[in-house]
Amino acid sequence: GRAQPRPRPAAAMQFMLLFSRQGKLRLQKWYVPLSDKEKKKITRELVQTVLARKPKMCSFLEWRDLKIVYKRYASLYFCCAIEDQDNELITLEIIHRYVELLDKYFGSVCELDIIFNFEKAYFILDEFLLGGEVQETSKKNVLKAIEQADLLQEEAETPRSVLEEIGLT
Amino acid sequence: MPAVSKGDGMRGLAVFISDIRNCKSKEAEIKRINKELANIRSKFKGDKALDGYSKKKYVCKLLFIFLLGHDIDFGHMEAVNLLSSNRYTEKQIGYLFISVLVNSNSELIRLINNAIKNDLASRNPTFMGLALHCIANVGSREMAEAFAGEIPKILVAGDTMDSVKQSAALCLLRLYRTSPDLVPMGDWTSRVVHLLNDQHLGVVTAATSLITTLAQKNPEEFKTSVSLAVSRLSRIVTSASTDLQDYTYYFVPAPWLSVKLLRLLQCYPPPDPAVRGRLTECLETVLNKAQEPPKSKKVQHSNAKNAVLFEAISLIIHHDSEPNLLVRACNQLGQFLQHRETNLRYLALESMCTLASSEFSHEAVKTHIETVINALKTERDVSVRQRAVDLLYAMCDRSNAQQIVAEMLSYLETADYSIREEIVLKVAILAEKYAVDYTWYVDTILNLIRIAGDYVSEEVWYRVIQIVINRDDVQGYAAKTVFEALQAPACHENLVKVGGYILGEFGNLIAGDPRSSPLIQFNLLHSKFHLCSVPTRALLLSTYIKFVNLFPEVKATIQDVLRSDSQLRNADVELQQRAVEYLRLSTVASTDILATVLEEMPPFPERESSILAKLKKKKGPNTVTDLEEAKRERSADVNGGPEPAPASAAGLHTGRLRACAGRSWTRLSAHSPPFGRGTLAWEASVLSGLLCGRSVFRTFFPVQSTPSPSADLLGLGATPPAPAGPPPSSGGLLVDVFSDSPSAVAPLAPGSEDNFARFVCKNNGVLFENQLLQIGLKSEFRQNLGRMFIFYGNKTSTQFLSFTPTLICSDDLQTNLSLQTKPVDPTVDGGAQVQQVVNIECVSDFTEAPVLNIQFRYGGTFQNVSVKLPITLNKFFQPTEMASQDFFQRWKQLSSPQQEVQNIFKAKHPMDTEITKAKIIGFGSALLEDVDPNPANFVGAGIIHTRTTQIGCLLRLEPNLQAQMYRLTLRTSKEAVSRRLCALLSEQF
Repeated sequence: GRAQPRPRPAAAMQFMLLFSRQGKLRLQKWYVPLSDKEKKKITRELVQTVLARKPKMCSFLEWRDLKIVYKRYASLYFCCAIEDQDNELITLEIIHRYVELLDKYFGSVCELDIIFNFEKAYFILDEFLLGGEVQETSKKNVLKAIEQADLLQEEAETPRSVLEEIGLT
Repeated sequence: MPAVSKGDGMRGLAVFISDIRNCKSKEAEIKRINKELANIRSKFKGDKALDGYSKKKYVCKLLFIFLLGHDIDFGHMEAVNLLSSNRYTEKQIGYLFISVLVNSNSELIRLINNAIKNDLASRNPTFMGLALHCIANVGSREMAEAFAGEIPKILVAGDTMDSVKQSAALCLLRLYRTSPDLVPMGDWTSRVVHLLNDQHLGVVTAATSLITTLAQKNPEEFKTSVSLAVSRLSRIVTSASTDLQDYTYYFVPAPWLSVKLLRLLQCYPPPDPAVRGRLTECLETVLNKAQEPPKSKKVQHSNAKNAVLFEAISLIIHHDSEPNLLVRACNQLGQFLQHRETNLRYLALESMCTLASSEFSHEAVKTHIETVINALKTERDVSVRQRAVDLLYAMCDRSNAQQIVAEMLSYLETADYSIREEIVLKVAILAEKYAVDYTWYVDTILNLIRIAGDYVSEEVWYRVIQIVINRDDVQGYAAKTVFEALQAPACHENLVKVGGYILGEFGNLIAGDPRSSPLIQFNLLHSKFHLCSVPTRALLLSTYIKFVNLFPEVKATIQDVLRSDSQLRNADVELQQRAVEYLRLSTVASTDILATVLEEMPPFPERESSILAKLKKKKGPNTVTDLEEAKRERSADVNGGPEPAPASAAGLHTGRLRACAGRSWTRLSAHSPPFGRGTLAWEASVLSGLLCGRSVFRTFFPVQSTPSPSADLLGLGATPPAPAGPPPSSGGLLVDVFSDSPSAVAPLAPGSEDNFARFVCKNNGVLFENQLLQIGLKSEFRQNLGRMFIFYGNKTSTQFLSFTPTLICSDDLQTNLSLQTKPVDPTVDGGAQVQQVVNIECVSDFTEAPVLNIQFRYGGTFQNVSVKLPITLNKFFQPTEMASQDFFQRWKQLSSPQQEVQNIFKAKHPMDTEITKAKIIGFGSALLEDVDPNPANFVGAGIIHTRTTQIGCLLRLEPNLQAQMYRLTLRTSKEAVSRRLCALLSEQF
């Protein structure tokens, strides 16, 4: 008889990197345990590989035993590593949905927003993707969670002196 | 500086980030950072207690510095403090810091886990969410230990908020991935499956990911998810584009969830007919929608729609049971092959590769050959061309092999450097596999060397030699062709190697032609000699000595060459040694000896092509499957019979080598660096995979000198398994073919006990073998610890699927013997061997043995085998040498009736003193000479090591030759130990 189909292992996103056209890393999210040294090496290699690609090339490439899915938005590259069995197109749309979330939150997002509010970029990502899997795809629900947190913040914050704010006290 | 838009403006942080951005140089940046670090450090150390806000701000700055790529070695404590803040954003920054900079500092882990525990118990959904995110982000074993029991409860509790459920599901998934052993299955699993019916699509999405991963490892437990997933999917794909509100993405209803559900279904075979009908409808709907005009021009719409389509096609291919769907899928992909979107062309090529391996769609895929060849020529993106090469490889069969190989060869001329080696491997494999006419094969490989010599790895040219040696119908042609190819003024060194080897073996077949007389052959080869590297020159020297045997008429010429200073005094010791030895051999050896030593190479026993192994290693095993193999037609007609006779280093050429390695060669090498270590040592070194003997045959037998990655460490496949393996003829009977329930453990295989006994006094060998599977062991023990390597060899040419070895210990045994291992890959390719490592600790003395149960699917049938794993108490022996006096003193000390166990038994084997000694040493105790007054008796001593104690053991074995009986006496401080050791050892004689 013919061989039974073997189960296709579920796979998750391994990591996501955001970097600028100049190769500056703006956000890094690792969903697999790696040492700092490995992370730096991977980042260096990948940034170089992706930046070397020409526009109009396809958004997928094989890299080591992973698949890289990337897309450029203005000055930023969004780059995800997924496993062999993973769905490339849906990963491309994960990137897009994340960009939409950032855009909606910051109001027409630009690279500077992500630089100056990096912690927010991480918080939004955690609401959207957790452990490398999509947690909530509804834009409304993700932003509701983040905005609730901001409300909690504003209630709790007490005004402080200008000197204190700029770190001079 | 941009306006900080929302939420908590930490202005100090913004100022700092601005400063960093304004730094003109790396040095300035480092200076600014160091200044900031000093500032933060003094704040943290200062007398003034920092308020939450400041702490948050500084921790956030540290995080920023770390993310810039600088090391951070403080601030962890402050971050941990933030975790227990009541203010949300402080807590949030604390968690972010911990998630990014996890520190394995045990003190901190305890504090962090404490804070998480509090937040999980807080019943505040926002705090619970943060805590769960942190666990999912860190995902360490410590966290699994602390929370793997708690999270399932949160997940299935009736009053848990939806958002918390989502986080809990994915958090659990992450922990399961890191530490599956720590996530207990239980009542919660059935409730998780029912989350597929949840009202909230976000919950369903998160739960589907979790279920998919769990279902892979525990298919039985989650099989009800199949029908639920199909219902859910059916509701999604038939819904109108607005039904799902915010879960509709660019007019595509819930694409992420759809993909996940389709992925979940790929954990299972096709469902029962009722469910199957509904699923087929879903898949048809997805295929139909692909043909509908797009609802939006946005690429997001088409991507989301096609993401679902590609996943549906994956499922169709996975089931491989609906010819109609497979052909439709193939046609759909065929349309994409010419789509204007590069991404779709790429994915279509990729997806078609798997379709090519289904017998239903293989022919349909083949119809696209021209499009794919065209892609190879015209695609501008190398990653797309790479996919085209893969697809051509996958669709290749006997009917189109010549065309595809020719196209690949011509592409190779201009191919990107990054993929040349892989193309070379693929061409070499296809040429071998589909060669009907071996002259075509030889031509193809020589072309490969001509076009891309640098990328022709050793495996490739070894292989061509292997094949030529094994097929006498092509030897003359091969000799003629390499001879002609070598005429080129500049030829690649790899060609010189192949040419040298082949002419050395078969040059005589063309020597009748005056244009390729022996002298012309020799001169041609020697004209390349000085341009070659040392290994090639060494090979050529071996060719020359082979010529001395083949062509006595050039003997003098060759001796002159060997005698020249450039050879005899060569600075390279290998070359010098060969020159000296070959010269000597050609002088002293008689014609008969020469003819024996330098005889033509015997055929190579066939095993998996080393090239294929290399490609698999390069690309991962899944990518190299193909239809032919599935049909079990594997190149049986190429080399040797259909049964892939295992062979490795040790099996090759021993007969011939032994003769010379033992005698003439050792004598010959007296005045040169040592080589040839005598038969035993030679065999031993080959067996252990270490070809360290400096044998001249090393480079002349290239195929054996580089064991392929799959070559067995033990030489298990090679040495006749005579003393260890059960008679292979009984093979088929050992398999429980009737049981089809994967959960039932097969009864012990017949013969398992005998085999088990064989391992009491040794650590390595074949534990089990039938027609399908061979299990080899290699183990080592030190004190109370041990490590066992289990090698599972697939003897067939078909994949084993769902391959699951399980170690089973009774409760009693579990407390005394600790075994740890990792699961092995569920797929074992035909001819491949996988290894599993078991770490062993003897906690306390034990009597039973663990059982190794192996379950797998082979060609559609379920296989279930159980064998006893030979981990016995005596493995934890440490031998103790002692003098006669000490021995008897201790012997007397252990004289109480509970301490002594005695057994008198009949000899089962011939009573040979040397074998008995070897067995006692193999048993683990020291063999004490001159201790027993009766020299015919054997006396041993040793210490059994367990985690808790050490137990001294003395033994005495008294043979009675006349009666063919033995008396064995064991004395130890523990009765159970005496009894067990006595029982184990009694079985050995």
